Amino acid sequence: MNLFTFSRAASVADALRDAGAGAAFVAGGTTLIDLMKLDVETPDAVIDINRLPLAEVGAVPGGGLRIGALARNSDVAHHAAVVRDYPVLAEALLSGASPQLRNMATTAGNLLQRTRCVYFRDTASACNKRAPGSGCAAIGGFNRNLAILGTSEHCIASNPSDQNVALTALEATVQITGARGERSVPIGEFYLLPGDTPDCETVLEPGELITSVTLPPAAPGARSTYLKLRDRASYEFALASAAVIATVTGGTLERVRIAMGGIGAKPWRIRDAELALEGKAVTPDRLAEAARIILADAKPQPGNAFKVELAKRCLVHALTLVTAEA
Amino acid sequence: MKTLLSAAAAPAVDAPPARPGAPPGIEIACTVNGKRVALTVDPRATLLDTLRETLELTGTKKGCDHGQCGACTVHVNGRRVNSCLSFAVMHDGDAITTIEGLGTPDHLHPVQAAFVAQDGYQCGYCTPGQIMSAAALLNEPCGPANADVAELMSGNICRCGAYQNIVAAVQSVRQPG
Repeated sequence: MNLFTFSRAASVADALRDAGAGAAFVAGGTTLIDLMKLDVETPDAVIDINRLPLAEVGAVPGGGLRIGALARNSDVAHHAAVVRDYPVLAEALLSGASPQLRNMATTAGNLLQRTRCVYFRDTASACNKRAPGSGCAAIGGFNRNLAILGTSEHCIASNPSDQNVALTALEATVQITGARGERSVPIGEFYLLPGDTPDCETVLEPGELITSVTLPPAAPGARSTYLKLRDRASYEFALASAAVIATVTGGTLERVRIAMGGIGAKPWRIRDAELALEGKAVTPDRLAEAARIILADAKPQPGNAFKVELAKRCLVHALTLVTAEA
Repeated sequence: MKTLLSAAAAPAVDAPPARPGAPPGIEIACTVNGKRVALTVDPRATLLDTLRETLELTGTKKGCDHGQCGACTVHVNGRRVNSCLSFAVMHDGDAITTIEGLGTPDHLHPVQAAFVAQDGYQCGYCTPGQIMSAAALLNEPCGPANADVAELMSGNICRCGAYQNIVAAVQSVRQPG
């Protein structure tokens, strides 16, 4: 592990003063320290932000919920307001990692979770995300767990998070603070596709700090599910997952939000798939059509071509569960 | 007010001498198994390595060193965590419990006694982590079924495959008799 300076931030202002290119904030540490041991992350400075007052989960005046950046995944998953109003988020969080890791991992850290591509994690391999210009060993290599949507000729890494899939379906907003002030970014605009710069994963600028994630008021009468398909029943990343939130009235799908995980370079949402369902009666053909729309642009590799069909079935099953008459 | 932690004065308690070229140590004070401990640590030292190598509490095991096996599970402020994925410097002021602090051979923690009674191990390497995980599980939301316990113990890998007896041990503590 490389040498670094260590400091503890006592306030957000402290954290921002020390932050910048080459510095890393550490909260739970479950991604950062893992990758520092592999020399994939090599920050010059590590700033411990665990003492910042950013762990609260509470109502937003006027409706909605604010989840502090430092709220631990386990605390969010079991928070009464999350269980009651946003169960898809609780389900997604509890489907991820292990209880120990969920006790450590934070909301903002999970937003910034790095890919599980084995070549990204191995400094002996070519990886344009870790070492821009070095190539991509995953294309033509082991890519069972990697993306089939949003990829480029330079990178096929997948976003491994479950939380971020639920937050995308919930249309969350990420609150960010930095030297130039505060800003709010809808989660749909937070992640960048790899394109020619797979090392740039989000719109966060060096030195910026996520302070919270806000959720809009829960849709009245909505039902939801998070369906995760993986190689083993627990403690495994998704091969395909679907977060679905739907309001069904008299057999008509009034409103639906769909996000998928395990298949995209970022949490994957296609509004056209939702529009193909909204205002219409729920039929197997329509559910299949929504899945077809989401997967229409899939560019699978030989090692993950199965995901096209897997993802379609995952989504159709999730939609069927949520829209079935109670 | 920023706390910049510097190479400072007080020598470590029972710590080995610094190696040439080692970075400045950072002082921390925490509670380990009920005892106050003050020591100077390399900022790169994980909580796991600090417990094992500096404090010589070798009950906590290093398996994968990447948060994938659970052998390093300890309690920090009452919650189970993977000690391999945390720097010791992040634990100034924390209360840490390791397997050595859970029970003693003469006064076993109920989970330790249950692992003995239910034969919840073979080689024993994962056992301290399994027991620390199980002891924390008792205070977490968990359904009644064996499958619920298995799900919440899934962060602890047992290469010998003693899973059935581990679940039986946990259930025997949760549902005595």
